[in-house]
Amino acid sequence: MSIRNLSKIAFAAIVLFLAGCSGGVLDPKGQVGIEEKNLIILCTVLMLIVVVPVIVLTLFFAWKYRASRDFEVYTPKWAHSTKIEATVWTIPILIIIALGIITWRSTHSLDPYAPLEGKGEHMTVEVVSLNWKWLFIYPEQGIATVNELVFPTDKPIAFKITSEGTMNSFFIPQLGSQIYSMAGMETKLHLIAEEPGTYKGISSNYSGAGFTGMKFDAIATSTEDEFEAWVQKVKQEGGALTSESYKTLAEPTEYHPVTYFSTVSDGLFHEIVMKYMKDHGSMDFYGKPANAVQGEKPKHSGHNGHHMGVEE
Amino acid sequence: MSFLGKLSLEAIPHDPIIIVTLCVVAVLGVVIAFMLTKYKQWGPLWRDWITSVDHKRLGIMYILLAMIMLLRGFADAIMMRTQLAVATNGAEGYLPPEHYDQIFTAHGVIMIIFMAMPFMVGLMNIILPLQIGARDVAFPFLNNLSFWLTAGGAILINISLGLGEFAKTGWVAYPPLAGLEYSPGVGVDYYIWALQISGLGTLLTAVNFLVTVFKMRAPGMKLMQMPIFTWTCTWANILIAASFPILTAVLAMLTLDRYLDFHFFTNDAGGNSMMYINLFWAWGHPEVYILVLPAFGIFSEIISTFTAKRLFGYKSMVYASGAIAILGFIVWLHHFFTMGSSANVNAFFGIMTMVIAVPTGVKLFNWLFTMYRGRLTISVPVLWTLGFMVTFTIGGMTGVLLAIPGADYVLHNSLFLIAHFHNTIIGGAVFGYLAGFAFWFPKAMGFKLDEKTGKAAFWCWQIGFMVAFMPLYVLGFLGMTRRLNHTDNPDWNIWLYIAAVGAFIIAAGIFFQLLQLFISFKNREKLKDTTGDPWNGHTLEWSTASPPQFYNFAHIPHIKDIDAWTDMKERGEAYQQPQKYAPIHMPRNTSAGFLMSMCFTAMCFALIWHIWWLAAVGFIGGIAVFIKRCYTSDVDYYVQPDEVEKIEAEHLSANAKGVSA
Amino acid sequence: MSTVAADMHHDHEHHENNNVFGFWLYLMTDCLLFASFFATYAVLFMNTAGGVSGKDIFELDFVAVETAALLLSSITFGFAMIAAHKQNKGGTLLWLAVTWVFGAVFIGMEIYEFHHLIVHGNGPQESAFLTAFFSLVGLHGLHVSSGLVWMTIMIIEVMRRGLPDKTVTRLSCLSLFWHFLDIVWICVFTVVYLMGAL
Repeated sequence: MSIRNLSKIAFAAIVLFLAGCSGGVLDPKGQVGIEEKNLIILCTVLMLIVVVPVIVLTLFFAWKYRASRDFEVYTPKWAHSTKIEATVWTIPILIIIALGIITWRSTHSLDPYAPLEGKGEHMTVEVVSLNWKWLFIYPEQGIATVNELVFPTDKPIAFKITSEGTMNSFFIPQLGSQIYSMAGMETKLHLIAEEPGTYKGISSNYSGAGFTGMKFDAIATSTEDEFEAWVQKVKQEGGALTSESYKTLAEPTEYHPVTYFSTVSDGLFHEIVMKYMKDHGSMDFYGKPANAVQGEKPKHSGHNGHHMGVEE
Repeated sequence: MSFLGKLSLEAIPHDPIIIVTLCVVAVLGVVIAFMLTKYKQWGPLWRDWITSVDHKRLGIMYILLAMIMLLRGFADAIMMRTQLAVATNGAEGYLPPEHYDQIFTAHGVIMIIFMAMPFMVGLMNIILPLQIGARDVAFPFLNNLSFWLTAGGAILINISLGLGEFAKTGWVAYPPLAGLEYSPGVGVDYYIWALQISGLGTLLTAVNFLVTVFKMRAPGMKLMQMPIFTWTCTWANILIAASFPILTAVLAMLTLDRYLDFHFFTNDAGGNSMMYINLFWAWGHPEVYILVLPAFGIFSEIISTFTAKRLFGYKSMVYASGAIAILGFIVWLHHFFTMGSSANVNAFFGIMTMVIAVPTGVKLFNWLFTMYRGRLTISVPVLWTLGFMVTFTIGGMTGVLLAIPGADYVLHNSLFLIAHFHNTIIGGAVFGYLAGFAFWFPKAMGFKLDEKTGKAAFWCWQIGFMVAFMPLYVLGFLGMTRRLNHTDNPDWNIWLYIAAVGAFIIAAGIFFQLLQLFISFKNREKLKDTTGDPWNGHTLEWSTASPPQFYNFAHIPHIKDIDAWTDMKERGEAYQQPQKYAPIHMPRNTSAGFLMSMCFTAMCFALIWHIWWLAAVGFIGGIAVFIKRCYTSDVDYYVQPDEVEKIEAEHLSANAKGVSA
Repeated sequence: MSTVAADMHHDHEHHENNNVFGFWLYLMTDCLLFASFFATYAVLFMNTAGGVSGKDIFELDFVAVETAALLLSSITFGFAMIAAHKQNKGGTLLWLAVTWVFGAVFIGMEIYEFHHLIVHGNGPQESAFLTAFFSLVGLHGLHVSSGLVWMTIMIIEVMRRGLPDKTVTRLSCLSLFWHFLDIVWICVFTVVYLMGAL
């Protein structure tokens, strides 16, 4: 096994890897994903500044100071050098300071809860994870779908996400960030597709037996018109999604086919969230349930987002 | 409610894979029982091992347990890899979710709780008291009890294979999935009680060893003169003492939810499952440092021993370990950046996580400079250490990447994450334990391990690791998430195949490991370590015979240096016979620990199956044994000077030859 | 390292020291167990699921008496320890008995409170708040109850064996345990009852 063979294998692996990259998080199709890809590459390069020397030095020292090379300097009692120790503390600290600054900035600019700046008005889609399928409610269009998410290219989407039961994670790898869906809670995510196409959407948090089949197609149409045509199609083909039919839909199924609903009962998403959230305390981040009953579009604009137990 | 609760014949799984496994286990059991009977070993097994309070024997039993569980956990691993290699392009594979989901849950629980932990605790048991010049741990009976509690948990998790099912929740068992509504079977209950009982054992171990370290060091040994392995174990024990109660609490809450209809983590009635996730990781994150810190200590000992040099930057090492231990407690949120915390919170936890890379990096540099201007003998332990330094550095890098929330948003829960933590846990902790195993094996057993098979095992592990896990990094980038049962993305296939090949290379590594034990045992006379100091070691454990006398030290030395044994050798104080030996105070073996633990294991089993009467019997039985033990006065004895002299003379005469030769 | 006897004596002293230190360490871990339940209570106490809140069910007068009983029991345990160190068997037994009675009063009142809540339909199954409340207070109660069992055993031990070193060490551990529970209760009283009722 010569070095040449090894490098051939390594080269082949890299080629294979780059060729196979399409369709993953390194092949992003929207601003969020692109920024995240760049972040990954930048930070990896920064870290390699330390990692490569450490690996090389490890192998080099092991070779140079091996026992059979008894002509090398040998200092059995040498165990301290302020200069070296200062250096080995300083280098990682500097790298981490650099990474820390990048982290602080990128975490804020990539906050999934923040609307995408300069991209215009967002379209709202309400997402419910059910066992084991995804329900998408389009409050502005008054329609709903199962396991198919359609939106126009270049239109930023504001996702409001919840779960009927188990915890899942709403994730379209090529568009960027993912966010958990949790029952009795509403999480948020803002994404955009800047190239038309069909992207794979998944749940990336295991939720039981049918989890593997919990997939959907996220389709970015080339034009607004195309999207409108699709909405019309849904309105013609679909049935009605009411509180009653939702109950049937919520029954566990696997590999649920794409389903359309031409109408959605008002405030259904709100109802789903409030089913459990109503039991939570006066720190309620949500509007009063009365809103839904009156048929208003629930106003969630307040401080309804970050409700972690750990934060102030 | 029937006499046997929920237990009935239907609890025996019908899956052919499981039935075959059970048959094999049964046959093995019969063979072992037959051999024990034939060679009349039941008595010695009971008197010298099961009831032993000797920390060295308990350590050996811990490691034996770890190895058995490694085989079980690895069987799970190879089933998963083959399933995923077979179930591509929409094929179903041979493991339906019902079975597959139990396998990945069991794999995680077994590898962390019943392989890595016992391995680490076993090495600590054998070595730590020897390193600080103590005759035993502070509470020998408690030490025996701890072992059997851990074993009790392992027994429960293995029973789940043949009776009922194991959890189908992933090893983290997040509610609401792990709640009664979505997991009505006994699987999660097995999970809860196996973790609870072994966790109690681990907690008692930590308390025991902390008292040992703080109260029982040889005279003269200051804290900043403790061997580095002792130091890293101490930090790990502090972490155990501070984090395992949280696991106990969170499991107790989940238990109350499942058994008494409480509402800690349920969706309804105001429960909050996010609290489970927070508490779980407040234990779970320190847990990974509990695993890896002692491994760091092992590497330090090995590097300095085999370069025949002092460890570079001892103080830095101690403080770096401490920094890792403390920082390990304030980073738990990085396990769920995608839960929707605010950017400030996520950024804070991300940066705290990265800060851990600083002390870890310092450690790596210190190992490098220990090699610098040394005389490195490339032995098996050194190979593991070098392999670790390369592998773990990569794992550390991907870890820092995952600590950046912006990157985690796309890499979370993906196979990238799986590759990362195997990179650190296998490349860090397991390589460390295997290094320590090869390093201290002669000390524990009295003969060295065969080098050739040892090296073969290392190379198979190292190459197998790379082949099995590097593709997972790629798959993570390609958007493959964890815990999938089958796939239908043609781009992924090649990487899944490669990963499966890697798993088989690791299997060869495990095979060589077993072969090595077999060959070494066969050649034990030739490989015998007569000196007690086969590697020209630095620390006190090498001053004893191999295996050490049951009382460890006939005469406890006075410590003047970090490398106490090197120091003694240099000053000509080694192998000196004192004029007169004093009687040695020793604890007696006791069956109380074993009996108590079996009572509690029976109780846990009964709770899993709702056999309430048996639970009550087990509980009362365990407490009764404990109280009886408290009022037994015949718990210790003295070894008389003439006996000590006889034993010591043998060891010293062997060394007189060794030294002069 | 002079005589054998001195060595043996040294050994024993060593062991008794270790016991108290080890037990103290265990208490620190227990402290974290309570901390976890406190944290959970803090997260869940508002989640009343439309049911009762602390204001509706806490009776401060009642809890004040309960608290007084436990605090007094700590003081009386202190007297028991003073007597034990003086090798005063009768005094030790007397004060232990008094402590036991105070402890039993505390537990009795707690059981009454729980029972009262449950029969009025406010059991731990009703809401996350009640779950957290019953668990936190119940966990403390469970500790006090095991303390009472332990104390019973110690009373028998002192009656039979008097007060050798080993027994005094055990009493010291129990005393640490008991005072620790007192401190935890002060936190429970403040965080759960006072802050809940005000």
